[in-house]
Amino acid sequence: MERTKKTSADRLYKAFIYVALITLAVTIIIPVAWVFMASVKENSEFYGNPWALPAGFYIQNFADAWGKARMGEYMLNSVLVTALALVILLVVALPAAYALSRFEFRGRKLLNAAFMGGLFINVNYIVVPIFLMLVDGDKFLRGLLGDGLLLNNIFVLAVVYASTALPFTVYLLSGYFSTLAHDYEEAAYIDGAGYGRTMVKIIFPMAQPSIITVILFNFLSFWNEYIIAMTLLSDPKGGKTLPVGLMQLTQAQQSAAQYGQLYAGLVLVMLPTLILYICVQKKLTQGMTLGGLKG
Amino acid sequence: MKKRSGRNGFIFLCVAPAVILFVVFMIIPTLNVFRMSLFQRSAYSTKEDFVGLQNFTRLMSDANFIRSMQNTILLIVVVTIVTFAFALVFAAILTREKIKGQNFLRIVFYIPNILSVVVISAIFSAIYDTNNGTLNSLLSLFSGKTVAVLWKGENMVMVSLIIAMVWQAIGYYMVMYMASMASVPQSLYESAGLDGAGRITQFFQITLPLIWTNIRTTLTFFIISTINMAFLFVKAMTSGGPNGASEVALSYMYKQAYTNSSYGYGMAIGALVFVFSFGLSALVNVVTKREPLEF
Repeated sequence: MERTKKTSADRLYKAFIYVALITLAVTIIIPVAWVFMASVKENSEFYGNPWALPAGFYIQNFADAWGKARMGEYMLNSVLVTALALVILLVVALPAAYALSRFEFRGRKLLNAAFMGGLFINVNYIVVPIFLMLVDGDKFLRGLLGDGLLLNNIFVLAVVYASTALPFTVYLLSGYFSTLAHDYEEAAYIDGAGYGRTMVKIIFPMAQPSIITVILFNFLSFWNEYIIAMTLLSDPKGGKTLPVGLMQLTQAQQSAAQYGQLYAGLVLVMLPTLILYICVQKKLTQGMTLGGLKG
Repeated sequence: MKKRSGRNGFIFLCVAPAVILFVVFMIIPTLNVFRMSLFQRSAYSTKEDFVGLQNFTRLMSDANFIRSMQNTILLIVVVTIVTFAFALVFAAILTREKIKGQNFLRIVFYIPNILSVVVISAIFSAIYDTNNGTLNSLLSLFSGKTVAVLWKGENMVMVSLIIAMVWQAIGYYMVMYMASMASVPQSLYESAGLDGAGRITQFFQITLPLIWTNIRTTLTFFIISTINMAFLFVKAMTSGGPNGASEVALSYMYKQAYTNSSYGYGMAIGALVFVFSFGLSALVNVVTKREPLEF
């Protein structure tokens, strides 16, 4: 008697859990899927039932978003900024993390503490001083060269991205480097390899899993970032990154109601991250325990 | 002997680029937030006038600022509690129970975290749309009469923001807690079960205490990150409107400093929020202090 009572309560509990989990999953899947569906609807279809399936594949939305709304151009900018920032970040952060975690030298403790402290500095607090610093720099350069080149410059944006990602990246990489045994280096030194060669040929290849984690997390944050991009690429006619262009499209939509174009734009921003995520989701959710302190 | 002399040069070369970028784009701007809060600087000149604490005294009587702080605190409290409660409970269920499709659910729950806040804001704007939005149409369907709630109107805008922010954050924390809960030994639950402890008792007496260190760390970071996320959402979703009803501290800072070109005043807000977030984190850290449990 006792036993059957318990299993029926168990079954009820199980059912309740499934309902709750599936509800949560549905509230995540439906809005995302809905955007994909809406991106192939014609503009007139948006005034009826929002749940209606699209009448056909209206690909023109994508053509409009890509050309008229300049999303194609913004996409190229985003790709460039993200790639550049990742390269700069890795070139700068890898050796720094290596030296900071594996060599004893004066000032090492201070530097480690400074980078740790940097984890608490949020970029959005300092975006205005960075902007003003670049304005002042541009004024100075204009006096010198006749033209400012710090604002509205994709390269500068990439440098700012890389710099602000340094604390998190150095923290994550040094954590990994410090777990390695010192034998690796000693063996390499005995074989006659110098410091630089040892670092690049022996240590970096071993750190590959951590490097991939670093690339994944920073790819997502650079690709999706828009406050700094919006501030530093402020020329209204000039280049923008994809999220900033999308935000403009959202605001324009409120007056012009170009729904189809907007959803096509949304798909263009989402798709690269979604594809990447599906390919590497195992790595990303595992790497989380390492990168658990993401701001 | 040669190796010794090369050592310091090598370390310098490794560390210098990172330190330069870190100092130029993070340390100096951070110091500038505090320095500029004591000055007045206008849009088109680099001239700065020292005004002492005048910016701060003005802030104390600025009703818009006080409202933005109230909104920020509201978001911190509600979003934190709701996100953590859901994330912990769902994580516990997914790690403790045998759920079919567990991996699939884990993949789905993490999706919001990889989307740009601009994308999420656009999706939720479509959901909240008064006439063609999916939320109102769903409510109409269930209640049987036409529902036309102004989700982004003055009364509901904060609720709408909270929903969007929880939606975004929940999966990330869930996946993270699942990782740390997985390390709690199964035998503890088994012996507790033999002693007659039910699922809820086990959750509060075993799971929570054993991952408490992890919860504490994430809580501290979550508070800092919520201040920041609130800004991202407000900027992309509501621009602080209607009538400043959804303005948060950092969006007000950005508005004053960047849009309004009252740099000094904006930075005074920045400095205050900076100190506030650190104070709050320290407070949370002290309040949640427990003896760490070993397992």
